[in-house]
Amino acid sequence: MITVDHLTKTYGAFAAVDDVSFQCRPGRVTGFLGPNGAGKSTTMRVMVGLTPPTRGSVTIGGVKYADIPNPGRHVGVLLDASAQHKGRTGREILRLAAMTMGLPGQRVDQMLEVVGLTPTESKRRLRNYSLGMMQRLGIAHALLGDPQVLILDEPANGLDPAGIRWMRSLLKEYADRGGTVLLSSHLLNEVELIADEMILIGQGRIVAHGDKAALLASRRGTATSLVTSLDNHALGTALAGAGFGVQPRGHGLQVGATTEQVGRVALSAQVVLTDLRDGGATLEDLFLELTSTAQRDAIGATS
Amino acid sequence: MTSTPLTPGTPPPPPPPPPPGAAQAPMLNVSDTSGIPFWRLVLVEFRKSYDTRAGMWLLIAIGILVGLVEAFVLIMSLVHSSQVYLTDFGFIGTGLGSLLLPVLAVMLVTTEWSQRSAMVSFALEPRRIKIVMAKWLVAIVWVLVTLVVMWAFAVVMTAIAAVAQPDLTSWSGTSGSLPAFLPTVLDQILTMTIGFALGALLLNTPAAIVVFFLYWYLLPGVLAAIGAIRPWLAHALEWINFRVAMSPFLDGSIHTGEQWGKILVSAFLWIALPLGFGIWRILRAEVK
Repeated sequence: MITVDHLTKTYGAFAAVDDVSFQCRPGRVTGFLGPNGAGKSTTMRVMVGLTPPTRGSVTIGGVKYADIPNPGRHVGVLLDASAQHKGRTGREILRLAAMTMGLPGQRVDQMLEVVGLTPTESKRRLRNYSLGMMQRLGIAHALLGDPQVLILDEPANGLDPAGIRWMRSLLKEYADRGGTVLLSSHLLNEVELIADEMILIGQGRIVAHGDKAALLASRRGTATSLVTSLDNHALGTALAGAGFGVQPRGHGLQVGATTEQVGRVALSAQVVLTDLRDGGATLEDLFLELTSTAQRDAIGATS
Repeated sequence: MTSTPLTPGTPPPPPPPPPPGAAQAPMLNVSDTSGIPFWRLVLVEFRKSYDTRAGMWLLIAIGILVGLVEAFVLIMSLVHSSQVYLTDFGFIGTGLGSLLLPVLAVMLVTTEWSQRSAMVSFALEPRRIKIVMAKWLVAIVWVLVTLVVMWAFAVVMTAIAAVAQPDLTSWSGTSGSLPAFLPTVLDQILTMTIGFALGALLLNTPAAIVVFFLYWYLLPGVLAAIGAIRPWLAHALEWINFRVAMSPFLDGSIHTGEQWGKILVSAFLWIALPLGFGIWRILRAEVK
């Protein structure tokens, strides 16, 4: 539904977004993941026509955003929940958006209810909102026009754990009804649980994309297992004898093999295992590794 | 979907390009959706002009100031037993209006940027020119509302004077009749538009207000000072002095093509040029 085609945005010599192409499909939540300053927000601003691209294009369902009549009815956008007049009440902000889109006033109350803002809270001015309340209002704003596509920049930012869980189920249901969701985050854990598909971006470039299983599957070559047994010495000898690398780690061993291979060696060596798990790369390792050149705290970071 | 993770340091190959013509990609059906009509944007912008405390108080302050000044003039007239004309009150009010209405116009434009709500406004209506025009129309509405309020005050003040000193109060006037007031309406709209243009050009509330007041207070003096050097210089400067050029239009003494020419040239310099660049800037600006 969202098609980003060879998008590049440069500021002078600096490429904030560098030849980025990807697609977001209906019925799926696509996570847009990357460290701060990786180019996520710039990409999303280009999507909705707020930033002119240097090269490339973005279309939503084959249409350029700027060509969509009354775009709020088709694409729900939350780029920055605080980008509203601080002196307006939450309800007034939604009211103005509803007026612009030509929606009845009840829609405002419905959406306030959906995001869990009470009537009292909705009558407070935005400057008195907590970050979490502002974020909920922003989500209500994005959902107001009953759009088919949602573009959300860091929507979980400022939400408490219960709020994040609420948002997760909200977006899941939305996608299950056929909606297209693109949401960005710099926190892997947030995205990992919601996203059907992930796009990893670092230094303005896509470094990996795919679903969680596919991303992890690519790491099989370096599989490691963590194992603890009643006789670590005997197990270690047997594993080394089978040709696997073995290192002591904590109370147990770290082995350069899959859990299945370790289990088979233990069976034949007749050692009782008390703990056996996958010690291989987690999604987080992958994320950090792939985006490490973009990490501010990486050592000797060069591109 | 296939994944293409890579070791860090090596440039990743581009992911599979999107299908040409987006044949497989689901299309967005926009044929049933009509665009946002202009009048709705005007209503929205009108509401935005008074739905914040800052906006509301600016409007109230304009009303209060006009009332205070006209009441002061009335009291002074009564104390000195001088002649009172209905139209005098009307024209006193416009002097204030040409100072305060440009500030209102500046704020209609710049608040969107200082509060960053332009991100939302331009996402909901990417045809930015429509929003800019709606804002300008709203500013004109407020100019007209202010003038109506001024005249309402003027009628009240004259009525009070008529009771207090019937012999010295005139419901007609020497300064001109109501039709003579129409050029003033246009003048107020143009002066407001200078503020609007500066707001669009600078996109910064204090800067735009300061530049407007420099234009309003400092420029006439500067032009007069330069003009004092040589008579031909003074003559040439008349072509860029919008306020002086407007005066024959306002008092109904405009006859020559040269007078009209001076209005057009100076209006181009002070209104069309900043407005053109300002709108161009808003249409092209990256909104963050």
